[in-house]
Amino acid sequence: MFRILKKSFQTGVVTETPPDVADAEFERIGIELRRRIDVRFSRSLAIRQVDAGSCNACELEIQALNNAYHDVARFGVHFVASPRHADALLVTGPVSRHMEAALRRTWRATPSPKFVIAAGDCACTGGEFGASYASCGAVEKVIPVDAKIPGCPPSPLELLQGLLHVLRG
Amino acid sequence: MTHSDQISDSDQMPRSAWLCEYLARLEDEQVMAQHGDARILAPAHRLELDPEGWATAAKVAAAMGLRHAGLWADCLDDSALAAEDRAIRMQACLEHAGDYLVLETQVPMLRPVLASQASIYPGVDRLERHAHDLTGLELTSQPDGRRWTRHQAWPEDRFPLRGDFPLAGEPVGRAPADADYPFGRVQGTGVYEIPVGPVHAGIIEPGHFRFHAMGEDVLQLEERLGYVHKGIEKLAVGRDPAGLARLAGRVSGDSTVAHAWAACQAMERATDCIVPARAQALRGLMAERERVANHLGDIGAVCNDVGFAFAHLQCGRLRERWQRRSQALFGHRLMMDAVIPGGVAVDLCDKVVEELREDHAQLKSEIVPIFDVVADHPSLDDRLMTTGVLSEADARQLGCTGYVGKASGLAFDVRRDSPYAPYDGLAMDGAILAEGDVAARVRVRMAEIGNALRWMDRLLKSLPDGPICAQLPEAEAGAMGLGIIEGWRGEILSFIRFGPDGRIARYFPRDPSWFTWPALERLIHGNIVPDFPVCNKSVNGSYSGQDL
Repeated sequence: MFRILKKSFQTGVVTETPPDVADAEFERIGIELRRRIDVRFSRSLAIRQVDAGSCNACELEIQALNNAYHDVARFGVHFVASPRHADALLVTGPVSRHMEAALRRTWRATPSPKFVIAAGDCACTGGEFGASYASCGAVEKVIPVDAKIPGCPPSPLELLQGLLHVLRG
Repeated sequence: MTHSDQISDSDQMPRSAWLCEYLARLEDEQVMAQHGDARILAPAHRLELDPEGWATAAKVAAAMGLRHAGLWADCLDDSALAAEDRAIRMQACLEHAGDYLVLETQVPMLRPVLASQASIYPGVDRLERHAHDLTGLELTSQPDGRRWTRHQAWPEDRFPLRGDFPLAGEPVGRAPADADYPFGRVQGTGVYEIPVGPVHAGIIEPGHFRFHAMGEDVLQLEERLGYVHKGIEKLAVGRDPAGLARLAGRVSGDSTVAHAWAACQAMERATDCIVPARAQALRGLMAERERVANHLGDIGAVCNDVGFAFAHLQCGRLRERWQRRSQALFGHRLMMDAVIPGGVAVDLCDKVVEELREDHAQLKSEIVPIFDVVADHPSLDDRLMTTGVLSEADARQLGCTGYVGKASGLAFDVRRDSPYAPYDGLAMDGAILAEGDVAARVRVRMAEIGNALRWMDRLLKSLPDGPICAQLPEAEAGAMGLGIIEGWRGEILSFIRFGPDGRIARYFPRDPSWFTWPALERLIHGNIVPDFPVCNKSVNGSYSGQDL
């Protein structure tokens, strides 16, 4: 127990001391995001992430949104376990044909009003995989998309900027 | 070691004793085996077999304790060939004490029938079903026989890797869910089924798990993967080497360096390309950075799955800092597209080398107190020890490598047992444990971080000067290469065959997940359903790397 406390005290709160410019930018975008989430979603934006055929790089970067440096929860963004609890779907991958039905069902299970955000080059345009016998080629070919966040994979900062863009729209 | 060195080595050295023994035993079994050209697929040995001897060859290999490192089918059905000349070539890779042997056989496309090796080597069961779904190779006495990679996106009698199958596929409208896949059943009073997925509750990849449980105890787990099948092998056909390296970097995003390296190594071996020493060193540096990043993230995530947030937050913090450094050094947080055919895309300056060493020292001092807690904390011990035990026999039978094998007593590591540059001049320390439980897998990964940091320090001390990239020579028609790399999950094989135009005709990346996914089905036996997430995370198979 003391070892844990010692390490925790020594580490301090990394979130409050932006070590470089990128984090200052992250903070600024985050605060604006928070303001918009406060107004439009009563202070909490619940996101259901759906991997529809990504190579898992996008997932790594979306997970990084939750680490101590980024801690998106402080801006009111939460990742939820069920589409029924979600305000928005964050979809990655070129939509493999084998995930087509599952993605459509997830979308139907999400209560309206809802947003769909395509994250990553594959989700936006098909990316490196494109359209083929095995993939549909973009999220918008399967379900309606409200916003796109390009990048291979998009960095946590780009993801946050993309979310802000949706809320501005 | 350059490619030409390897050839002369194998020419001068007497053929390994085990290979002579294997050949002798094949002869006893009346299997016709012909030694293939030693240069093709070097450093692996090559044996051409009659299709009739295919299953026997596996039986003899198993009796000698060889490890099966995977198999793949290759359609030789160029439109210029007459129908009766078209064939499917099957290749299987065996390994013994770091020495590789590729078995090869060919069956006519008009009657593509071959005996299965999966009843002898259960680890290759899914690889065989994958080969069938994509090439139409019929495997007789296949112990399972159900579809694997194919769901409902293309018809049962069409095979995407055949030359006559268009990349765009044939219009079938919306692909329906694969609702009637025949799962194995466990029946009895009190037995119930839990279907999970393909869409999972966290920020992870999709796949389906079918549990049969009684009370809390898992009686049987069956995986159904293939949901993220993107047709990577078909997309590779016709690409140039640079395009293939980009695609290989997206086989599994968390292993982007390792897969790109394996594919480039295969292309370089196929074309006799001599990669500059500095490029090899930088590739090693990137691969070890990838290993450290993933191990850090997963150690934290395993702890988080049993409610121990402290380690998750600390490891997540260190991983983030590590990734930012990768961005600064190699222009990408995951180092995507930094490994290119013939070398690497980014060089390091001397100033950075010094900073990196400080970085390593800092990470070392940071992980000591954290790993100290993870290795010795009563509530963690309680949940992780004796949970998800994979026996050495199971690990060996399935062919597990990487931390899954090492935590179950299998020391094999390509970097140590079949070293390639830069590991051939600079040895990597090993880590091995016998317990086989979740705790052991975590400990092996903690040890691997320490080993990787020490190794990178030694590498940076003597970083070779010179160019960072060589021109990849034009490939001869039909040239083949086999890349073998120790990724952070374990041994990655990458097979490449060039077509007549210097473009890729066949690419097959064999991620270690092909063998660790079946291991998860075994190690979950007798555990409680709520421990599945932590067991799964401790293995952390790649869905994308397996589905392709």
